[in-house]
Amino acid sequence: MSAAVSLQEIVEAAVEASRDRIGALLPALHAIQDKLGHVPPDAVPMIANALNLSRAEVHGVISFYHDFRTEPPGEHTVQLCRAEACQAMGSRELERHARQKLGVSFGQTTPDGLLTLEPVYCLGNCACAPSIRINDEVHARVSPARFDELIAGLEAAE
Amino acid sequence: MTAPRVFVPRDATACALGADRVAEAIVAAAADRGIELVLIRNGSRGAFWLEPLVEVETTAGRVAFGPVDVDAVPGLFEAGFPGDTDHALALGQVTGIDWLASQQRLTFARAGWTDPLSLDDYRAQGGYVGLARALDLSSQQIVDEVKESGLRGRGGAAFPTGIKWQTVLDAPGQRKFIVCNADEGDSGTFADRLLMESDPYQLIEGMTIAGLAVGAQEGFIYLRSEYPHCKAVLTEALARAERAGYLGEDVCGSGQRFRIELRIGAGAYICGEETSLLDSLEGKRGLVRFKPPLPAIEGLLGLPTVVNNVLSLGAVSTILADGASHYRDFGSGRSRGTLTVQLAGNIKRGGLVEVPFGLSLRDLVMGYGGGTASGRPARAIQVGGPLGSYLPEALWDTPLDYEALAEAGGMLGHGGVVVFDDTVDMAQQARFAMEFCAVESCGKCTPCRVGSARGVEVIDRLIAGRDRARDLKVLDDLCDTMVDGSLCAMGGLTPYPVRSALKHFPEDFG
Ligand SMILES: Cc1cc2nc3c(=O)[nH]c(=O)nc-3n(C[C@H](O)[C@H](O)[C@H](O)COP(=O)(O)O)c2cc1C
Ligand code: SF4
Ligand code: FES
Repeated sequence: MSAAVSLQEIVEAAVEASRDRIGALLPALHAIQDKLGHVPPDAVPMIANALNLSRAEVHGVISFYHDFRTEPPGEHTVQLCRAEACQAMGSRELERHARQKLGVSFGQTTPDGLLTLEPVYCLGNCACAPSIRINDEVHARVSPARFDELIAGLEAAE
Repeated sequence: MTAPRVFVPRDATACALGADRVAEAIVAAAADRGIELVLIRNGSRGAFWLEPLVEVETTAGRVAFGPVDVDAVPGLFEAGFPGDTDHALALGQVTGIDWLASQQRLTFARAGWTDPLSLDDYRAQGGYVGLARALDLSSQQIVDEVKESGLRGRGGAAFPTGIKWQTVLDAPGQRKFIVCNADEGDSGTFADRLLMESDPYQLIEGMTIAGLAVGAQEGFIYLRSEYPHCKAVLTEALARAERAGYLGEDVCGSGQRFRIELRIGAGAYICGEETSLLDSLEGKRGLVRFKPPLPAIEGLLGLPTVVNNVLSLGAVSTILADGASHYRDFGSGRSRGTLTVQLAGNIKRGGLVEVPFGLSLRDLVMGYGGGTASGRPARAIQVGGPLGSYLPEALWDTPLDYEALAEAGGMLGHGGVVVFDDTVDMAQQARFAMEFCAVESCGKCTPCRVGSARGVEVIDRLIAGRDRARDLKVLDDLCDTMVDGSLCAMGGLTPYPVRSALKHFPEDFG
């Protein structure tokens, strides 16, 4: 099965699942990204075609929302909360520490492909800040040392 | 003797503090020791400083232990857990924890008591009484009840909910919508999340009542993608409510139809603004719309739409169950019902506090909050999210209600209270307010989109301190332009945190 065929199939399945819903594009994009980790640029004309939208519309939506990526992410996604309640508990230091330790800045993936570092603005865990999210798990009161432990846990799981 | 029931919350913050591992460790330790117990993943009570808060049901009531981390579990069992336990983490009866007992829980009355997914638990604690009553009333009677309660929207703008519903009820047309705004983007807030994770049927019931009130058959919950735990709970709760006949083609055998679809946002603060949210629901970029037309008249797909916050819709269940006057009797002046604030940031005892309106900020932060987590003096408090002012100590005696806070130059918004200690650099906080606006602006108006980026530069220059007088003037003009020339509160209110930081903490700026 060629990559192009499978992308087409993924797009079709994603669109099919939400075709009858109001505003099908967003759920479809989520479904594609859930499957592939990103929305490949090649998918844009396929989505546009399947939903009867222009490519510009599809592209406009992908670029508007912070969640949608057009490049494959690392194996794990690590989001650091940058918002005020976390700032009050040292998230600025945590951010510096994370960038330095991982050698990447926001939006970048570590060279070994282990993880992608992303900013996030509040995880609703503001009473026990600073907060980070690794994939679908939230972690509370993350000191730089705790951050290192969590990253070591990801490395060990390799 | 039946096996004792042990409760470990499944809430996102409890899990972020290790609740899943604690639950596993309890089950494993019990198995090792041949002790029988029933583990229930309840919701959180919002006393996050005590999470993971483990509870055991006894004949005398629930006894609590907290905060329990996974390493403490063997010791608890050695001390007799889940029977009589003499242990340093034992807190006694949960109803005796003053931090909780002194609150006035109305919206969060069930939080923590129940398994959030159990319909039996929900019904046993007064759930679906409001819907049963609503099914006996006419649409107008339901709307009147909500009006009489004095309920004002909890999403930030504090608009009277009953009046909004009346507009939708009166709007012509067969197809109308109920949209729940669960985008909860403000830093320092988690009340919506707590309600949805600990008592999701309250929201589902409230939305169903809203549907009956205005004649809508379709509902949407627009949930931010930053809340994966909440997504899991809501997905399951919606499926169970539908299976039990509380949602669907024939709600409780009444012949009325109401369905709810869960939609996930995609990381955009502005999509909490109601018209941007509607565009997002329509599958578009979340651009803010011009008002009028109001969403109540031309909302989703241009059709009449109720857009309400999670807490507003949740409160409706209580109002219908206990009556408008019961709800009204809480509160003072034009602020009715209870005040839900969230204590966050640098705070010793953070969490959800539901109290009568009118408590002062100081009572909340020093009393409930116990001061800062760092133990250093508190210096600034930001109330009402990223668009709210930073308040210095001189203003902490302001009573917390919509009007009094507005007079002090602040706003209550969604009730977020973020505390900073004396290590805070207020120039950096002002800079962040502008940066956040630049990152999250929908881009429709120039003062917001470009002004915020310029604001970051000007504040950087101020900090560098080359031409203070000129830069202060530039910043002031820029703020005026943003206030006057922005379509929505994103650009329009960002100057509030900036100006309040500058006004109350000028010594931090260069
Ligand atoms: C920038 C911005 C962000 C907002 N974010 C939210 C939000 O996350 N949740 C919310 O309920 N309301 C939010 N609002 C307020 C909504 O526009 C709207 O007033 C509210 O959903 C109405 O519901 P209510 O009357 O029940 O409060 C926001 C407003 C603005 C201007
Ligand atoms: S003020 Fe900002 S966020 Fe609001 S409509 Fe204008 S550009 Fe969009
Ligand atoms: S501000 Fe970081 S979790 Fe809310």
